[in-house]
Amino acid sequence: MTAAAANAKSRTAGAKKIRQFITPEGVDLELKIAGSGLRFAALLVDLILIQIALLLFWLAMLWIGVASRSDVTEAIWMLGAFLLRTFWFIGFELGSRAATPGKRLMGIRVVARDGGRLTADAVVARNLIRELELFLPLMMLGEGVAQDNVSGWLMLAGVLWSLTLSLFLLFNRDRMRMGDLIAGTWVVMAQRVKLDADIGVDAAGEAIAFTETELAVYGIFELQELERVLRSRDPRAMREVADAIRAKIGRAIAEEDDVFLLSYYRQLKARLERKLLFGKRREDKYASD
Amino acid sequence: MIPPAAPARLIDAPSFSTSRFRAEREADWIAFDLLLTRLEKKGAAALTSDELLQLPLLYRATLSSLSIARATSLDKALLGHLEALSIRGYFLVYGVRESRWNRLRRFFLYDWPAAVRSVWKETLIISLIILLGALTSYSLVSNNPEWYFNFVDEEMAGGRDPRATVEFLQSTLGHGKAVAGKGESGLHVFATYLFTHNSQVSILSFALGFAFGVPTMMLEYYQGIGLGAMMAVFSAKGLGYDFGGWLFIHGTTELFAAALSGAAGLRIGTAVVFPGARGRLQAASEAGRIAGKVMVGVILMLFAAGLLEGFGRQLITDTMLRYAIGTLMLLFWLAYYYIPRREDVT
Repeated sequence: MTAAAANAKSRTAGAKKIRQFITPEGVDLELKIAGSGLRFAALLVDLILIQIALLLFWLAMLWIGVASRSDVTEAIWMLGAFLLRTFWFIGFELGSRAATPGKRLMGIRVVARDGGRLTADAVVARNLIRELELFLPLMMLGEGVAQDNVSGWLMLAGVLWSLTLSLFLLFNRDRMRMGDLIAGTWVVMAQRVKLDADIGVDAAGEAIAFTETELAVYGIFELQELERVLRSRDPRAMREVADAIRAKIGRAIAEEDDVFLLSYYRQLKARLERKLLFGKRREDKYASD
Repeated sequence: MIPPAAPARLIDAPSFSTSRFRAEREADWIAFDLLLTRLEKKGAAALTSDELLQLPLLYRATLSSLSIARATSLDKALLGHLEALSIRGYFLVYGVRESRWNRLRRFFLYDWPAAVRSVWKETLIISLIILLGALTSYSLVSNNPEWYFNFVDEEMAGGRDPRATVEFLQSTLGHGKAVAGKGESGLHVFATYLFTHNSQVSILSFALGFAFGVPTMMLEYYQGIGLGAMMAVFSAKGLGYDFGGWLFIHGTTELFAAALSGAAGLRIGTAVVFPGARGRLQAASEAGRIAGKVMVGVILMLFAAGLLEGFGRQLITDTMLRYAIGTLMLLFWLAYYYIPRREDVT
């Protein structure tokens, strides 16, 4: 596969995760579907947090129970544990950020698929189904272990069957699990992105003047990679990129890497944005100028 | 406080450049970001009315900036920030339209009964299935007590099987001498256990609904089986009337809740199999929302049933009174759900 084809392929792969989501103002928010890895990590974080909360709650109840010598705490413990386990997800997803702590950490949130409001009943439905998705495979496993007469193959079949339900999100484009399907929801990316300084207006940008032919070798993809390198401020990466650009446009090493890269970035960006205003979008260096 | 708009930075750039665009609008984005952060942390009460009025203006300014930036700018950091800010803003501005209190009030007054009413067909079917299960095992066990051991788990029965004496069976119903020795201290623990256990079973029977409703129906049939078998054992010893009371006091609430959870599951199952004119996904999500409401109600009902079973049944031993309470509860639920009311459809 050529580099051009690989570039194009990675772009379409990225576009496949984007879903049109038009606000009443007519702007497409281009929501990105959260990947299965992020979803799984969020679930793990939540389960660990629930366990920690349960442990603390249990210790507190044990302490109070021993101190007061009554068994009311046992009832409170059972009720509390049930409520915590069932309503952890529901409670957090009903909040304004529609995400549990695990989801927040991963930068994802729940939204209604039809673009409307995320209603309480949808949140309840998607989370009650989670009970099943999580516990059915475990139950099958437990059942098989408890009854020795069940053959290993039968148990395997049961676990596999229940796993297809639990891993349902791997088998569809929108990464919906069973609960999402039934509640009509999606889980999408919702990270916060800090507003970084505008590196296009630095005074150093005018230090070196590049000719039109020197700027014509790159497209948008390369410009944004260059932006990433400039923002990361890693001297080794800057050296490598600066050397690659110098070799490509045939310039000798005459100035500091960061000065060189910044002026090249600024002039390339100005050139490509000017073309963009005229309706010409050059995706990468392989596209025609 | 919204910071006053910073003066546009002086730039020696052509009359339109993305840098000038950013310098002119940046203050709005920062102000919007600050407002959103406070809104997320402390809710709408933390904002003054001025700031609340400012919110939609800043939201639209940000969306318009996003449109312009997409068409003109190649600055990835800027685009990413504007996109994330717009998404956050959209869900907050269009997200919640009523207070929590209002939402709760509407749920109890309209949404819950309306959801239950709308699954009446499924409720009827599931009730019949439970009844069928009970009748099946009742007739089988009455004819041949050996069947009992196929239906009821030995551990769960706790000695309540056809071999037990009348005295023993009577004691399990809270009559006779055996009950006097038992203290009352463990009641709340017992009630809580019943509630959590029953809730988990009904959540399961709801969640299994999407497999075309078949596992739900099987689970409900099985519940009926256990019931019928017990009934047969007690009535064979002439304790049918007492057993009825023992069951009735909480059973009307609990079995009603079980039937509703099955109905909620069945609604989803039928929506997936017979979506009608809608798409299958659309049908499933519509059914899921109704079922979600029903399920919150079911958990509340099971809580009531747990209290009745844990406290009511252990403290009230008069069979007549047990029947009366059970009937009252049933009438209450029926009236709450099925009496039509005004302001029904919103």
